Amino acid sequence: MIKDPRARIVGKESWRDYFLMRLESPRIADRSRPGQFIMVRINAHHHPLLRRPFSIHSKNGKTIEIFFQVAGLGTDLLSQKNTDETLDILGPLGNGFKAEAELKGKAVALVGGGRGIAPLYFLAQELRSSGAASRIFYGGKTRADLPLRENLEKQGFDISCSTDDGSFGFKGFVSDLLKAELKKFTPARIFACGPEPMMKKISGTARQKSIPAEFSLESVMGCGFGACWGCVKRIKRGDGEELVKICEEGPVFPAEEIVWEEEEG
Amino acid sequence: MTDLSVDLGFIKLKNPVIAASGTFGYGLEFEPFIDLNLLGGFVVKGLYFSPREGNAPPRLAEASSGLINAIGLPGIGVERFSEEVLPRIRKYDTAIIVNVCGESEEEYGSVVEFLDKKEGISAYELNISCPNVKKDGLCPALSPEATFSAVSLVRKISSRPLITKLSPNVTDILEIALSAQEAGSDAISLVNTFLALAVDTETRRPKLANVYGGLSGPAIKPIALRMVHQVASRVNIPVIGMGGILEGNDALEFLIAGAKAVEVGTANFVDPEATKRIIDELNGYCQKMGIDRIETLIGSLRT
Ligand SMILES: Cc1cc2nc3c(=O)[nH]c(=O)nc-3n(C[C@H](O)[C@H](O)[C@H](O)COP(=O)(O)OP(=O)(O)OC[C@H]3O[C@@H](n4cnc5c(N)ncnc54)[C@H](O)[C@@H]3O)c2cc1C
Ligand SMILES: Cc1cc2nc3c(=O)[nH]c(=O)nc-3n(C[C@H](O)[C@H](O)[C@H](O)COP(=O)(O)O)c2cc1C
Ligand code: FES
Repeated sequence: MIKDPRARIVGKESWRDYFLMRLESPRIADRSRPGQFIMVRINAHHHPLLRRPFSIHSKNGKTIEIFFQVAGLGTDLLSQKNTDETLDILGPLGNGFKAEAELKGKAVALVGGGRGIAPLYFLAQELRSSGAASRIFYGGKTRADLPLRENLEKQGFDISCSTDDGSFGFKGFVSDLLKAELKKFTPARIFACGPEPMMKKISGTARQKSIPAEFSLESVMGCGFGACWGCVKRIKRGDGEELVKICEEGPVFPAEEIVWEEEEG
Repeated sequence: MTDLSVDLGFIKLKNPVIAASGTFGYGLEFEPFIDLNLLGGFVVKGLYFSPREGNAPPRLAEASSGLINAIGLPGIGVERFSEEVLPRIRKYDTAIIVNVCGESEEEYGSVVEFLDKKEGISAYELNISCPNVKKDGLCPALSPEATFSAVSLVRKISSRPLITKLSPNVTDILEIALSAQEAGSDAISLVNTFLALAVDTETRRPKLANVYGGLSGPAIKPIALRMVHQVASRVNIPVIGMGGILEGNDALEFLIAGAKAVEVGTANFVDPEATKRIIDELNGYCQKMGIDRIETLIGSLRT
């Protein structure tokens, strides 16, 4: 875990409220694995006070990328930073996705809902170099929520899209698209990141089909490195359940360990 | 060279900067970022006798220049602490302070009784002021009688110095501080967090599962400072001040207002090197102002 107080922004792209930022941070890039994240200090002032967590979207030599959607003040201020400005970041944090090595030569499914696509691109790249064939399922509310589609296609990934309103690809949730496709192919593993109700549905489907699955969870994080006990989620451990710090033991968990929250009535 | 050391009577600190309980893990979490030997001291996360799970999530909500938490004191309990953590932190040349919690007065006593047999602890900080474990933020530090009673009980058991940590959620902070002093506390630390609420207007639910939480960070600094000044001007035991310290200058305000040392809390999350930076900034200030001993600043507020 490294604090880099001067990670330089060396590239920035944007689509509506989605932003892709490339940061030069050699030591953090060197150690990063798919599914890990960084904590970004938004500004040197008191508000917003806490750092914000972002998945590592890709790495390339000395640089890493983050891909984010504006969700509030912190992400809004971050989106206004420009090339050549520097950011104070901590990383790489968390455990990352597992099981990459065992998947050589196998087919896997990567399912991203909205900004949940962020960590899956890095994973797809790593899986490709280890010889696994990824199928990416990318869902959003509407066509404009699929900003990374073209890039993923250009990179030659096998990608299927869904939109809630049917403006592009399959009409409906990406979890339903996956369910339909699973009638035709059986991946050796499913990796997913996105809103919790989506991941919960995918978890159910994976269980029915006996396909192992891993999910990247989110929670509000105070520190990102295990010091505040703020980020806990209920996780199965042994015979029981425990509140586990997802910044340390996650954010990625195998499906069978996650205790999904009850749907709000 | 400026002399940054401060003498609390029962212990001499190499500088007045202590990392606050609950914001510094068990110390180990900060090893990748700073040399713990540089600190005046650090207070470990609140310890009950047995391991505890803490409150249900969500546990954190951000506020304007502040953080509301309802962590609810999860922890590994005294046994695991003594076996797994203490041997790894006692090697550091810094004051190691254990934040002691209890569901009852007896539990405070049994935590201290257990830890008293272990080497490597400089002092206990009695956390009678956590707002997140009982309904409506109830805790002993809200009443002079309960404060007196808890402190007296632990005083009888403890062979080590006792720091009593006070809650700001009271009408008359001085009355509580005087009770702690009368009961034999060696020092007073304040403030713990301010009982607070944040609402999600979309769902009309509280943002925290616990409904209320405790507010910390820069938002509370002016009130914390006022309370530290009120107490430090009247008690005759040392006062350790905290609340919203992010920079060296914030720490200076507390020292000038009468605190003999300061604790740095929420800042550790924002900048894991905050304690080290604050020590450097204190040094820089003293050199710039031609101050040889930082102790001469303590309580120097001109009123
Ligand atoms: C491990 C991890 C990785 C993440 N990776 C990405 C990523 O790659 N791209 C991306 O766009 N977002 C990611 N997020 C979510 C991102 O951190 C939040 O959207 C961001 O912190 C919101 O900050 P804000 O100041 O803009 O919004 P705020 O004003 O703080 O909050 C806006 C809304 O977002 C919710 N929120 C606040 N903090 C979080 C949080 N940490 N997680 C989830 N919801 C939150 C709030 O409850 C509120 O409803 C990740 C979160 C985690 C925990
Ligand atoms: C996440 C969090 C956890 C805390 N846990 C404890 C604790 O275990 N024991 C305690 O005495 N105080 C605890 N506190 C209070 C701090 O030690 C400190 O009194 C308070 O946060 C004010 O200082 P600050 O504004 O610098 O954070 C906690 C505060 C925060 C933010
Ligand atoms: S975010 Fe602080 S412990 Fe996980």
